[in-house]
Amino acid sequence: MNFHAIASIYRFEMSRFFRTIGQSIVSPVLSTSLYFVVFGAAIGSRIEEVDGLDYGAFIVPGLIMLTILTQSVSNAAFGIYFPKFIGTIYEVLSAPISFIEIVIGYVGAAATKSFLIGLIIYITANFFVDLPVNHPGWMLAFMFLTCISFALFGFIIGIWAESFEQLQLVPLLVITPLAFLGGAFYSLSMLPPIWQTISLFNPVVYLISGFRWAFFDQADVPVFASLLAVAAFMLLCLGAIALIFRTGWKVRN
Amino acid sequence: MLALNAAHHTYRPSKQVPTLRIIVPTERVLSPIISIQGLHKVYDSGFTALTDVNLEIERGEIFALLGPNGAGKTTLISAICGLVRQTRGTISIDGHDTVDDFRKARSIVGLVPQEVSLEPFEKVLNTIRFTRGLFGKPGNEKHLEEILRELSLWDKRKSPTSQLSGGMQRRVLIAKALAHEPEILFLDEPTAGVDVELRKAMWETVNRLRERGVTIILTTHYIEEAEAMADRIGIISKGRILLVENKKELMTRLGGKQMTIELVEPIAAIPDSLQRFSLRKSEDGHELIYDYDISADRSGIASLLSAVSSEGLMVKDVRTRQSSLEDIFVDLVNEDGAQ
Repeated sequence: MNFHAIASIYRFEMSRFFRTIGQSIVSPVLSTSLYFVVFGAAIGSRIEEVDGLDYGAFIVPGLIMLTILTQSVSNAAFGIYFPKFIGTIYEVLSAPISFIEIVIGYVGAAATKSFLIGLIIYITANFFVDLPVNHPGWMLAFMFLTCISFALFGFIIGIWAESFEQLQLVPLLVITPLAFLGGAFYSLSMLPPIWQTISLFNPVVYLISGFRWAFFDQADVPVFASLLAVAAFMLLCLGAIALIFRTGWKVRN
Repeated sequence: MLALNAAHHTYRPSKQVPTLRIIVPTERVLSPIISIQGLHKVYDSGFTALTDVNLEIERGEIFALLGPNGAGKTTLISAICGLVRQTRGTISIDGHDTVDDFRKARSIVGLVPQEVSLEPFEKVLNTIRFTRGLFGKPGNEKHLEEILRELSLWDKRKSPTSQLSGGMQRRVLIAKALAHEPEILFLDEPTAGVDVELRKAMWETVNRLRERGVTIILTTHYIEEAEAMADRIGIISKGRILLVENKKELMTRLGGKQMTIELVEPIAAIPDSLQRFSLRKSEDGHELIYDYDISADRSGIASLLSAVSSEGLMVKDVRTRQSSLEDIFVDLVNEDGAQ
Protein backbone atom coordinates (compact mmCIF):
# COMPACT_ATOMS: atom_id res chain seq x y z
CA MET A 1 0.00 0.00 0.00
CA ASN A 2 1.39 3.38 -1.01
CA PHE A 3 0.26 5.49 1.96
CA HIS A 4 2.18 8.55 0.84
CA ALA A 5 0.20 8.51 -2.39
CA ILE A 6 -3.16 8.21 -0.61
CA ALA A 7 -2.23 11.07 1.73
CA SER A 8 -1.01 13.09 -1.22
CA ILE A 9 -4.24 12.74 -3.20
CA TYR A 10 -6.34 13.31 -0.09
CA ARG A 11 -4.46 16.48 0.89
CA PHE A 12 -4.50 17.82 -2.66
CA GLU A 13 -8.25 17.30 -2.96
CA MET A 14 -8.96 18.77 0.47
CA SER A 15 -6.93 21.84 -0.40
CA ARG A 16 -9.37 22.42 -3.26
CA PHE A 17 -12.16 22.38 -0.66
CA PHE A 18 -10.36 24.76 1.67
CA ARG A 19 -9.38 27.08 -1.18
CA THR A 20 -13.07 27.72 -1.67
CA ILE A 21 -14.00 27.35 1.97
CA GLY A 22 -16.39 30.32 1.94
CA GLN A 23 -18.32 28.90 -0.97
CA SER A 24 -18.13 25.38 0.47
CA ILE A 25 -19.76 26.45 3.72
CA VAL A 26 -21.95 29.38 2.73
CA SER A 27 -23.88 27.52 0.06
CA PRO A 28 -25.13 24.59 2.21
CA VAL A 29 -25.82 26.90 5.17
CA LEU A 30 -27.77 29.26 2.97
CA SER A 31 -29.83 26.59 1.24
CA THR A 32 -30.60 24.87 4.56
CA SER A 33 -31.72 28.15 6.05
CA LEU A 34 -33.96 28.73 3.03
CA TYR A 35 -35.51 25.28 3.46
CA PHE A 36 -36.26 26.13 7.07
CA VAL A 37 -37.78 29.47 6.16
CA VAL A 38 -39.96 27.94 3.44
CA PHE A 39 -40.82 24.48 4.80
CA GLY A 40 -40.32 25.11 8.48
CA ALA A 41 -41.81 28.56 9.00
CA ALA A 42 -44.10 29.26 6.04
CA ILE A 43 -45.54 25.83 5.22
CA GLY A 44 -44.55 23.98 8.37
CA SER A 45 -46.72 26.20 10.53
CA ARG A 46 -49.73 24.76 8.71
CA ILE A 47 -48.53 21.18 9.13
CA GLU A 48 -48.90 20.52 12.77
CA GLU A 49 -46.99 17.33 13.35
CA VAL A 50 -45.66 14.42 11.34
CA ASP A 51 -45.44 11.11 13.20
CA GLY A 52 -45.76 13.09 16.39
CA LEU A 53 -42.81 15.32 15.54
CA ASP A 54 -42.59 19.03 14.92
CA TYR A 55 -42.40 19.39 11.10
CA GLY A 56 -39.37 21.67 11.26
CA ALA A 57 -37.42 19.01 13.15
CA PHE A 58 -38.88 16.17 11.06
CA ILE A 59 -37.32 17.45 7.83
CA VAL A 60 -33.79 17.89 9.25
CA PRO A 61 -32.51 14.32 8.67
CA GLY A 62 -33.97 14.38 5.15
CA LEU A 63 -32.36 17.74 4.45
CA ILE A 64 -28.97 16.56 5.63
CA MET A 65 -29.28 13.40 3.55
CA LEU A 66 -30.40 15.37 0.50
CA THR A 67 -27.33 17.58 0.75
CA ILE A 68 -24.75 14.93 1.51
CA LEU A 69 -26.06 12.70 -1.28
CA THR A 70 -25.71 15.40 -3.91
CA GLN A 71 -22.48 16.75 -2.43
CA SER A 72 -20.85 13.30 -2.24
CA VAL A 73 -21.77 12.49 -5.80
CA SER A 74 -20.78 15.83 -7.28
CA ASN A 75 -17.59 16.22 -5.22
CA ALA A 76 -16.29 12.79 -6.13
CA ALA A 77 -17.41 13.07 -9.75
CA PHE A 78 -15.73 16.45 -10.10
CA GLY A 79 -12.64 15.32 -8.19
CA ILE A 80 -11.74 12.65 -10.73
CA TYR A 81 -13.29 14.31 -13.78
CA PHE A 82 -11.34 17.55 -13.41
CA PRO A 83 -7.87 15.93 -13.70
CA LYS A 84 -9.19 14.02 -16.69
CA PHE A 85 -10.48 17.25 -18.21
CA ILE A 86 -7.31 19.29 -17.70
CA GLY A 87 -5.03 16.33 -18.41
CA THR A 88 -3.27 16.05 -15.05
CA ILE A 89 -4.64 12.52 -14.67
CA TYR A 90 -1.48 11.32 -16.47
CA GLU A 91 0.40 11.72 -13.20
CA VAL A 92 -1.96 9.56 -11.22
CA LEU A 93 -1.94 6.88 -13.92
CA SER A 94 1.84 6.82 -14.19
CA ALA A 95 2.40 6.72 -10.43
CA PRO A 96 3.22 3.48 -8.62
CA ILE A 97 -0.25 3.20 -7.13
CA SER A 98 -3.13 0.82 -7.63
CA PHE A 99 -6.74 1.73 -8.20
CA ILE A 100 -7.50 0.99 -4.59
CA GLU A 101 -5.21 3.80 -3.48
CA ILE A 102 -6.61 6.17 -6.11
CA VAL A 103 -10.15 5.42 -4.94
CA ILE A 104 -9.31 5.78 -1.24
CA GLY A 105 -7.66 9.13 -1.92
CA TYR A 106 -10.33 10.68 -4.12
CA VAL A 107 -13.40 9.09 -2.56
CA GLY A 108 -12.07 9.65 0.95
CA ALA A 109 -11.61 13.36 0.27
CA ALA A 110 -15.02 13.72 -1.39
CA ALA A 111 -16.70 11.87 1.47
CA THR A 112 -14.89 13.99 4.06
CA LYS A 113 -16.10 17.16 2.38
CA SER A 114 -19.73 16.09 2.32
CA PHE A 115 -19.46 14.74 5.88
CA LEU A 116 -18.25 18.16 7.03
CA ILE A 117 -21.05 19.84 5.13
CA GLY A 118 -23.55 17.45 6.76
CA LEU A 119 -22.24 18.44 10.18
CA ILE A 120 -22.49 22.11 9.26
CA ILE A 121 -26.13 21.65 8.27
CA TYR A 122 -26.80 19.80 11.50
CA ILE A 123 -25.31 22.69 13.47
CA THR A 124 -27.26 25.25 11.42
CA ALA A 125 -30.52 23.33 11.97
CA ASN A 126 -30.00 23.56 15.73
CA PHE A 127 -30.46 27.32 15.45
CA PHE A 128 -33.94 26.83 13.99
CA VAL A 129 -35.42 23.82 15.76
CA ASP A 130 -35.06 21.73 18.84
CA LEU A 131 -33.14 18.70 17.59
CA PRO A 132 -32.63 15.67 19.80
CA VAL A 133 -30.31 12.88 18.61
CA ASN A 134 -31.29 9.59 20.22
CA HIS A 135 -28.51 7.48 18.67
CA PRO A 136 -25.56 9.79 17.95
CA GLY A 137 -23.28 6.87 17.07
CA TRP A 138 -25.74 5.56 14.48
CA MET A 139 -26.35 9.03 13.18
CA LEU A 140 -22.66 9.47 12.47
CA ALA A 141 -22.40 5.93 11.11
CA PHE A 142 -25.28 6.47 8.67
CA MET A 143 -23.81 9.76 7.56
CA PHE A 144 -20.39 8.23 7.13
CA LEU A 145 -21.63 5.22 5.14
CA THR A 146 -23.81 7.39 2.94
CA CYS A 147 -20.98 9.80 2.20
CA ILE A 148 -18.65 6.96 1.29
CA SER A 149 -21.07 4.98 -0.86
CA PHE A 150 -22.36 7.98 -2.79
CA ALA A 151 -18.85 9.32 -3.25
CA LEU A 152 -18.01 5.92 -4.78
CA PHE A 153 -21.00 6.35 -7.07
CA GLY A 154 -19.85 9.86 -7.95
CA PHE A 155 -16.38 8.55 -8.72
CA ILE A 156 -17.88 6.16 -11.28
CA ILE A 157 -19.77 9.03 -12.87
CA GLY A 158 -16.59 11.10 -13.00
CA ILE A 159 -14.77 8.28 -14.79
CA TRP A 160 -17.68 7.77 -17.19
CA ALA A 161 -18.37 11.43 -17.99
CA GLU A 162 -16.83 12.89 -21.09
CA SER A 163 -18.20 16.39 -20.66
CA PHE A 164 -19.30 18.72 -17.90
CA GLU A 165 -22.84 18.24 -19.13
CA GLN A 166 -22.70 14.50 -18.51
CA LEU A 167 -21.11 15.21 -15.16
CA GLN A 168 -24.19 17.18 -14.07
CA LEU A 169 -26.65 14.81 -15.69
CA VAL A 170 -26.77 11.98 -13.19
CA PRO A 171 -26.92 14.11 -10.04
CA LEU A 172 -29.62 16.21 -11.66
CA LEU A 173 -31.74 13.50 -13.23
CA VAL A 174 -31.25 10.68 -10.74
CA ILE A 175 -30.02 11.80 -7.35
CA THR A 176 -32.18 14.88 -6.83
CA PRO A 177 -35.51 13.23 -7.79
CA LEU A 178 -34.71 10.13 -5.76
CA ALA A 179 -33.82 12.27 -2.77
CA PHE A 180 -36.92 14.46 -3.05
CA LEU A 181 -39.14 11.40 -3.48
CA GLY A 182 -37.26 9.54 -0.76
CA GLY A 183 -39.26 10.96 2.10
CA ALA A 184 -37.06 13.93 2.90
CA PHE A 185 -40.06 16.16 3.48
CA TYR A 186 -42.78 13.65 4.31
CA SER A 187 -43.39 10.33 5.98
CA LEU A 188 -44.20 7.36 3.74
CA SER A 189 -47.34 6.82 5.80
CA MET A 190 -48.71 10.07 4.35
CA LEU A 191 -48.71 8.53 0.83
CA PRO A 192 -51.48 6.45 -0.78
CA PRO A 193 -50.70 2.69 -0.39
CA ILE A 194 -49.64 2.21 -4.02
CA TRP A 195 -47.02 5.00 -3.75
CA GLN A 196 -45.86 3.58 -0.46
CA THR A 197 -45.06 0.32 -2.26
CA ILE A 198 -43.39 2.08 -5.18
CA SER A 199 -41.31 4.14 -2.75
CA LEU A 200 -39.83 0.97 -1.33
CA PHE A 201 -37.88 0.60 -4.61
CA ASN A 202 -36.22 3.94 -4.00
CA PRO A 203 -32.91 3.29 -2.21
CA VAL A 204 -32.86 6.79 -0.76
CA VAL A 205 -35.98 5.97 1.28
CA TYR A 206 -33.90 3.51 3.29
CA LEU A 207 -31.14 6.02 3.89
CA ILE A 208 -33.43 8.78 5.07
CA SER A 209 -35.51 6.44 7.15
CA GLY A 210 -32.49 4.96 8.91
CA PHE A 211 -31.00 8.36 9.45
CA ARG A 212 -34.26 9.73 10.85
CA TRP A 213 -34.42 6.77 13.19
CA ALA A 214 -31.01 7.75 14.58
CA PHE A 215 -32.51 11.13 15.47
CA PHE A 216 -36.06 10.40 16.57
CA ASP A 217 -36.33 6.65 17.00
CA GLN A 218 -38.93 6.61 14.22
CA ALA A 219 -38.54 4.95 10.85
CA ASP A 220 -40.53 4.15 7.70
CA VAL A 221 -38.64 0.91 7.18
CA PRO A 222 -36.79 -1.30 9.68
CA VAL A 223 -33.32 -0.01 10.58
CA PHE A 224 -31.55 -3.19 9.53
CA ALA A 225 -33.13 -2.80 6.08
CA SER A 226 -31.63 0.68 5.92
CA LEU A 227 -28.21 -0.62 6.86
CA LEU A 228 -28.53 -3.44 4.36
CA ALA A 229 -29.48 -0.98 1.61
CA VAL A 230 -26.44 1.24 2.23
CA ALA A 231 -24.13 -1.77 2.44
CA ALA A 232 -25.57 -3.26 -0.77
CA PHE A 233 -25.21 0.02 -2.62
CA MET A 234 -21.66 0.41 -1.44
CA LEU A 235 -20.74 -3.13 -2.52
CA LEU A 236 -22.34 -2.52 -5.90
CA CYS A 237 -20.27 0.60 -6.43
CA LEU A 238 -17.10 -1.10 -5.22
CA GLY A 239 -17.72 -3.96 -7.65
CA ALA A 240 -18.26 -1.56 -10.52
CA ILE A 241 -15.07 0.31 -9.67
CA ALA A 242 -13.07 -2.90 -9.45
CA LEU A 243 -14.35 -3.81 -12.90
CA ILE A 244 -13.47 -0.38 -14.30
CA PHE A 245 -9.96 -0.66 -13.02
CA ARG A 246 -9.45 -4.19 -14.20
CA THR A 247 -10.53 -3.39 -17.72
CA GLY A 248 -9.05 0.12 -17.88
CA TRP A 249 -12.45 1.31 -19.11
CA LYS A 250 -12.41 4.99 -20.15
CA VAL A 251 -9.08 5.39 -18.41
CA ARG A 252 -6.30 3.44 -20.07
CA ASN A 253 -7.82 2.72 -23.47
CA MET B 1 20.88 4.54 -6.89
CA LEU B 2 21.73 7.71 -8.69
CA ALA B 3 25.32 7.62 -7.53
CA LEU B 4 25.67 4.08 -8.75
CA ASN B 5 24.43 4.98 -12.17
CA ALA B 6 26.48 8.11 -12.29
CA ALA B 7 29.58 6.04 -11.72
CA HIS B 8 28.74 3.71 -14.53
CA HIS B 9 26.97 5.72 -17.09
CA THR B 10 29.98 6.16 -19.29
CA TYR B 11 30.44 2.41 -19.46
CA ARG B 12 30.00 0.93 -22.90
CA PRO B 13 29.38 -2.80 -23.29
CA SER B 14 31.89 -3.01 -26.16
CA LYS B 15 34.77 -2.38 -23.74
CA GLN B 16 36.14 -5.23 -21.74
CA VAL B 17 34.55 -5.65 -18.35
CA PRO B 18 37.16 -5.23 -15.59
CA THR B 19 37.55 -8.59 -13.91
CA LEU B 20 37.55 -7.24 -10.39
CA ARG B 21 34.30 -5.36 -10.73
CA ILE B 22 31.76 -6.29 -8.12
CA ILE B 23 29.34 -8.73 -9.68
CA VAL B 24 26.00 -7.21 -8.80
CA PRO B 25 26.51 -3.72 -10.21
CA THR B 26 28.13 -5.16 -13.33
CA GLU B 27 25.02 -7.16 -14.04
CA ARG B 28 22.96 -4.10 -13.43
CA VAL B 29 25.05 -2.13 -15.88
CA LEU B 30 24.95 -4.81 -18.53
CA SER B 31 21.21 -5.22 -18.44
CA PRO B 32 19.25 -2.55 -20.27
CA ILE B 33 17.23 -0.27 -17.99
CA ILE B 34 14.16 -0.65 -20.20
CA SER B 35 13.40 -3.70 -22.26
CA ILE B 36 10.38 -3.91 -24.57
CA GLN B 37 9.41 -7.09 -26.34
CA GLY B 38 6.75 -7.69 -28.95
CA LEU B 39 4.71 -4.68 -27.94
CA HIS B 40 1.36 -4.21 -29.69
CA LYS B 41 -1.24 -1.59 -28.96
CA VAL B 42 -4.65 -1.52 -30.57
CA TYR B 43 -6.98 1.19 -29.24
CA ASP B 44 -10.66 0.54 -28.55
CA SER B 45 -11.44 2.48 -31.73
CA GLY B 46 -9.62 -0.25 -33.68
CA PHE B 47 -6.62 1.96 -34.47
CA THR B 48 -3.34 0.07 -34.32
CA ALA B 49 -0.83 2.42 -32.73
CA LEU B 50 2.09 0.04 -32.18
CA THR B 51 3.09 -3.11 -34.04
CA ASP B 52 5.65 -5.55 -32.69
CA VAL B 53 7.90 -3.01 -31.03
CA ASN B 54 11.16 -4.39 -29.64
CA LEU B 55 13.44 -1.91 -27.97
CA GLU B 56 16.12 -1.74 -25.31
CA ILE B 57 17.23 1.41 -23.58
CA GLU B 58 20.65 1.40 -21.98
CA ARG B 59 21.46 2.87 -18.60
CA GLY B 60 22.47 6.49 -18.55
CA GLU B 61 21.99 7.14 -22.24
CA ILE B 62 19.97 9.81 -23.97
CA PHE B 63 17.73 8.06 -26.42
CA ALA B 64 15.80 10.06 -28.98
CA LEU B 65 12.70 8.64 -30.52
CA LEU B 66 12.04 10.31 -33.83
CA GLY B 67 8.97 10.02 -35.92
CA PRO B 68 6.36 11.99 -37.82
CA ASN B 69 3.11 13.00 -36.12
CA GLY B 70 0.92 10.02 -35.38
CA ALA B 71 3.82 7.57 -35.67
CA GLY B 72 3.19 6.10 -32.21
CA LYS B 73 5.80 7.98 -30.17
CA THR B 74 3.40 9.09 -27.46
CA THR B 75 1.62 5.74 -27.36
CA LEU B 76 4.95 4.00 -26.86
CA ILE B 77 5.89 6.31 -23.99
CA SER B 78 2.39 6.02 -22.53
CA ALA B 79 2.59 2.24 -22.58
CA ILE B 80 5.94 2.26 -20.80
CA CYS B 81 4.70 4.71 -18.17
CA GLY B 82 1.38 2.93 -17.58
CA LEU B 83 -0.94 5.49 -19.16
CA VAL B 84 -2.23 3.03 -21.72
CA ARG B 85 -2.49 -0.70 -21.43
CA GLN B 86 -0.65 -2.72 -24.04
CA THR B 87 -2.65 -5.18 -26.11
CA ARG B 88 0.25 -7.64 -26.27
CA GLY B 89 3.91 -7.82 -25.38
CA THR B 90 5.98 -7.06 -22.31
CA ILE B 91 7.81 -4.07 -20.95
CA SER B 92 10.25 -4.27 -18.10
CA ILE B 93 11.88 -1.39 -16.29
CA ASP B 94 15.04 -2.19 -14.33
CA GLY B 95 13.98 -5.83 -14.43
CA HIS B 96 10.44 -5.19 -13.18
CA ASP B 97 7.49 -5.99 -15.41
CA THR B 98 5.31 -2.91 -15.88
CA VAL B 99 2.12 -4.91 -15.38
CA ASP B 100 2.92 -7.54 -12.75
CA ASP B 101 5.36 -5.43 -10.79
CA PHE B 102 4.13 -1.98 -11.71
CA ARG B 103 4.94 -0.38 -8.37
CA LYS B 104 8.66 -1.02 -8.58
CA ALA B 105 8.72 -0.35 -12.31
CA ARG B 106 6.94 3.00 -12.15
CA SER B 107 8.61 4.31 -9.02
CA ILE B 108 11.85 5.10 -10.86
CA VAL B 109 10.22 6.75 -13.87
CA GLY B 110 9.41 10.43 -14.35
CA LEU B 111 7.29 11.66 -17.23
CA VAL B 112 7.06 15.10 -18.80
CA PRO B 113 4.01 15.00 -21.03
CA GLN B 114 3.61 16.72 -24.35
CA GLU B 115 0.66 18.89 -23.36
CA VAL B 116 1.04 21.39 -20.55
CA SER B 117 -1.45 20.11 -18.02
CA LEU B 118 -1.36 21.55 -14.53
CA GLU B 119 -3.88 22.08 -11.76
CA PRO B 120 -4.57 25.75 -12.50
CA PHE B 121 -5.38 27.09 -9.05
CA GLU B 122 -2.79 25.20 -7.05
CA LYS B 123 0.54 26.70 -6.03
CA VAL B 124 3.68 25.50 -7.81
CA LEU B 125 5.25 24.04 -4.67
CA ASN B 126 2.07 22.16 -3.76
CA THR B 127 1.74 20.53 -7.17
CA ILE B 128 5.33 19.31 -6.86
CA ARG B 129 4.79 18.01 -3.34
CA PHE B 130 1.73 16.20 -4.67
CA THR B 131 3.75 14.39 -7.33
CA ARG B 132 6.45 13.36 -4.90
CA GLY B 133 3.83 11.89 -2.59
CA LEU B 134 2.06 10.12 -5.45
CA PHE B 135 5.28 8.29 -6.19
CA GLY B 136 5.45 7.10 -2.62
CA LYS B 137 8.30 9.29 -1.43
CA PRO B 138 8.20 10.94 2.00
CA GLY B 139 8.36 14.74 2.01
CA ASN B 140 11.75 16.31 1.32
CA GLU B 141 11.45 20.08 1.13
CA LYS B 142 15.18 20.51 0.55
CA HIS B 143 15.09 18.37 -2.57
CA LEU B 144 12.05 20.22 -3.90
CA GLU B 145 13.79 23.54 -3.27
CA GLU B 146 16.86 22.35 -5.20
CA ILE B 147 14.72 21.34 -8.16
CA LEU B 148 12.80 24.60 -8.19
CA ARG B 149 15.99 26.64 -7.92
CA GLU B 150 17.63 24.72 -10.71
CA LEU B 151 14.66 25.33 -12.97
CA SER B 152 14.47 29.00 -11.90
CA LEU B 153 11.05 28.50 -10.37
CA TRP B 154 11.84 29.08 -6.71
CA ASP B 155 10.58 32.67 -6.79
CA LYS B 156 7.32 31.42 -8.24
CA ARG B 157 6.79 28.61 -5.75
CA LYS B 158 3.78 30.31 -4.18
CA SER B 159 2.14 31.33 -7.45
CA PRO B 160 -0.81 29.40 -8.83
CA THR B 161 0.34 27.55 -11.93
CA SER B 162 -2.21 29.35 -14.10
CA GLN B 163 -0.37 32.64 -13.49
CA LEU B 164 2.90 31.42 -14.98
CA SER B 165 4.12 31.95 -18.52
CA GLY B 166 4.04 29.04 -20.96
CA GLY B 167 7.77 28.45 -20.58
CA MET B 168 7.52 28.39 -16.80
CA GLN B 169 4.61 25.98 -16.92
CA ARG B 170 6.75 23.62 -18.98
CA ARG B 171 9.46 23.87 -16.37
CA VAL B 172 6.92 23.08 -13.66
CA LEU B 173 6.13 19.88 -15.56
CA ILE B 174 9.82 18.98 -15.50
CA ALA B 175 10.04 19.84 -11.80
CA LYS B 176 7.08 17.55 -11.14
CA ALA B 177 8.68 14.73 -13.10
CA LEU B 178 11.88 15.12 -11.07
CA ALA B 179 10.19 15.49 -7.68
CA HIS B 180 10.55 11.81 -6.80
CA GLU B 181 14.17 11.52 -7.94
CA PRO B 182 13.55 9.22 -10.92
CA GLU B 183 16.31 7.22 -12.61
CA ILE B 184 14.57 7.42 -15.96
CA LEU B 185 13.06 10.56 -17.40
CA PHE B 186 10.70 10.63 -20.36
CA LEU B 187 10.37 13.90 -22.22
CA ASP B 188 7.54 13.82 -24.72
CA GLU B 189 8.18 16.60 -27.24
CA PRO B 190 9.80 18.77 -24.55
CA THR B 191 10.45 21.73 -26.78
CA ALA B 192 7.40 21.74 -29.04
CA GLY B 193 6.31 25.35 -29.43
CA VAL B 194 9.08 26.61 -27.17
CA ASP B 195 11.28 29.58 -28.08
CA VAL B 196 14.96 29.14 -28.93
CA GLU B 197 16.27 30.42 -25.61
CA LEU B 198 14.11 28.13 -23.54
CA ARG B 199 14.94 25.23 -25.82
CA LYS B 200 18.64 25.75 -25.18
CA ALA B 201 17.99 26.02 -21.43
CA MET B 202 16.08 22.76 -21.56
CA TRP B 203 18.90 21.02 -23.36
CA GLU B 204 21.25 22.18 -20.61
CA THR B 205 18.94 20.82 -17.95
CA VAL B 206 18.80 17.50 -19.76
CA ASN B 207 22.58 17.36 -20.00
CA ARG B 208 22.95 18.06 -16.29
CA LEU B 209 20.55 15.24 -15.54
CA ARG B 210 22.48 12.89 -17.74
CA GLU B 211 25.67 13.78 -15.92
CA ARG B 212 23.96 12.61 -12.75
CA GLY B 213 23.26 9.28 -14.40
CA VAL B 214 19.59 9.74 -15.27
CA THR B 215 18.55 7.82 -18.36
CA ILE B 216 16.65 10.12 -20.71
CA ILE B 217 14.23 9.17 -23.43
CA LEU B 218 12.90 12.00 -25.51
CA THR B 219 10.54 12.09 -28.40
CA THR B 220 10.84 14.86 -30.85
CA HIS B 221 10.23 15.80 -34.39
CA TYR B 222 12.91 18.46 -34.22
CA ILE B 223 15.75 16.56 -35.77
CA GLU B 224 18.28 19.12 -34.57
CA GLU B 225 17.30 18.29 -31.04
CA ALA B 226 18.07 14.62 -31.49
CA GLU B 227 21.23 15.48 -33.39
CA ALA B 228 22.42 17.79 -30.63
CA MET B 229 21.64 15.62 -27.65
CA ALA B 230 21.06 11.96 -28.28
CA ASP B 231 23.49 9.07 -27.90
CA ARG B 232 21.23 6.73 -29.80
CA ILE B 233 18.33 7.30 -32.09
CA GLY B 234 15.26 5.24 -32.80
CA ILE B 235 13.06 6.01 -35.76
CA ILE B 236 9.41 5.10 -35.56
CA SER B 237 6.82 5.33 -38.29
CA LYS B 238 3.28 3.94 -38.43
CA GLY B 239 3.74 2.15 -35.13
CA ARG B 240 6.88 0.28 -36.17
CA ILE B 241 10.45 0.88 -35.10
CA LEU B 242 12.29 1.25 -38.39
CA LEU B 243 15.74 1.58 -36.95
CA VAL B 244 17.67 1.96 -33.71
CA GLU B 245 21.25 3.03 -33.92
CA ASN B 246 24.04 4.96 -32.32
CA LYS B 247 23.70 8.49 -33.64
CA LYS B 248 27.27 8.78 -34.96
CA GLU B 249 27.17 5.39 -36.65
CA LEU B 250 23.82 6.19 -38.13
CA MET B 251 25.08 9.42 -39.59
CA THR B 252 28.19 7.73 -40.93
CA ARG B 253 26.40 4.72 -42.30
CA LEU B 254 23.46 6.41 -43.87
CA GLY B 255 24.81 9.89 -44.17
CA GLY B 256 26.45 10.11 -47.56
CA LYS B 257 28.44 13.17 -48.52
CA GLN B 258 27.92 15.34 -51.50
CA MET B 259 30.45 17.49 -53.35
CA THR B 260 29.34 20.27 -55.64
CA ILE B 261 31.83 21.59 -58.18
CA GLU B 262 30.90 25.00 -59.45
CA LEU B 263 32.21 25.77 -62.92
CA VAL B 264 33.16 29.12 -64.41
CA GLU B 265 31.63 28.24 -67.76
CA PRO B 266 28.47 26.13 -68.06
CA ILE B 267 28.66 22.79 -69.85
CA ALA B 268 26.01 21.25 -72.11
CA ALA B 269 26.79 17.63 -71.27
CA ILE B 270 29.04 15.71 -68.92
CA PRO B 271 32.28 14.96 -70.83
CA ASP B 272 33.00 11.27 -71.58
CA SER B 273 36.17 11.32 -69.48
CA LEU B 274 34.05 12.09 -66.39
CA GLN B 275 31.33 9.50 -67.04
CA ARG B 276 32.91 6.89 -64.72
CA PHE B 277 32.24 9.10 -61.67
CA SER B 278 28.44 8.97 -62.13
CA LEU B 279 28.12 12.69 -61.76
CA ARG B 280 24.99 14.74 -62.04
CA LYS B 281 24.83 18.11 -63.70
CA SER B 282 22.72 21.04 -62.52
CA GLU B 283 20.08 22.25 -64.96
CA ASP B 284 21.94 25.37 -65.91
CA GLY B 285 25.14 23.36 -66.45
CA HIS B 286 27.08 25.45 -63.92
CA GLU B 287 27.46 22.70 -61.36
CA LEU B 288 28.63 19.12 -61.20
CA ILE B 289 27.29 17.12 -58.29
CA TYR B 290 29.14 14.14 -56.92
CA ASP B 291 27.67 11.80 -54.27
CA TYR B 292 30.16 9.70 -52.34
CA ASP B 293 30.40 7.61 -49.26
CA ILE B 294 32.89 8.67 -46.61
CA SER B 295 32.97 5.21 -45.08
CA ALA B 296 34.36 3.78 -48.35
CA ASP B 297 38.13 3.29 -48.58
CA ARG B 298 38.52 5.74 -51.42
CA SER B 299 36.22 8.65 -51.85
CA GLY B 300 37.40 9.30 -55.40
CA ILE B 301 37.54 13.04 -54.82
CA ALA B 302 41.20 13.43 -55.80
CA SER B 303 40.86 11.55 -59.09
CA LEU B 304 37.63 13.40 -59.89
CA LEU B 305 39.25 16.77 -59.37
CA SER B 306 42.26 15.85 -61.48
CA ALA B 307 39.98 14.49 -64.22
CA VAL B 308 38.01 17.75 -64.17
CA SER B 309 41.19 19.72 -64.51
CA SER B 310 42.51 17.45 -67.34
CA GLU B 311 39.24 18.06 -69.16
CA GLY B 312 40.12 21.74 -69.05
CA LEU B 313 37.09 22.78 -67.04
CA MET B 314 37.65 25.91 -64.93
CA VAL B 315 36.54 25.39 -61.33
CA LYS B 316 35.06 28.42 -59.54
CA ASP B 317 34.23 26.79 -56.20
CA VAL B 318 33.95 23.42 -54.46
CA ARG B 319 31.46 22.74 -51.69
CA THR B 320 30.86 19.58 -49.66
CA ARG B 321 27.89 18.77 -47.50
CA GLN B 322 27.12 15.85 -45.17
CA SER B 323 23.50 14.76 -45.08
CA SER B 324 21.85 15.72 -41.84
CA LEU B 325 19.79 13.47 -39.65
CA GLU B 326 16.79 15.12 -41.19
CA ASP B 327 17.69 13.83 -44.67
CA ILE B 328 18.22 10.35 -43.26
CA PHE B 329 14.96 10.52 -41.43
CA VAL B 330 12.95 11.75 -44.37
CA ASP B 331 14.50 9.07 -46.61
CA LEU B 332 13.69 6.30 -44.16
CA VAL B 333 10.16 7.37 -43.50
CA ASN B 334 9.47 7.88 -47.19
CA GLU B 335 10.91 4.48 -47.99
CA ASP B 336 8.66 2.97 -45.36
CA GLY B 337 5.68 4.85 -46.75
CA ALA B 338 6.39 3.63 -50.25
CA GLN B 339 6.34 0.00 -49.19
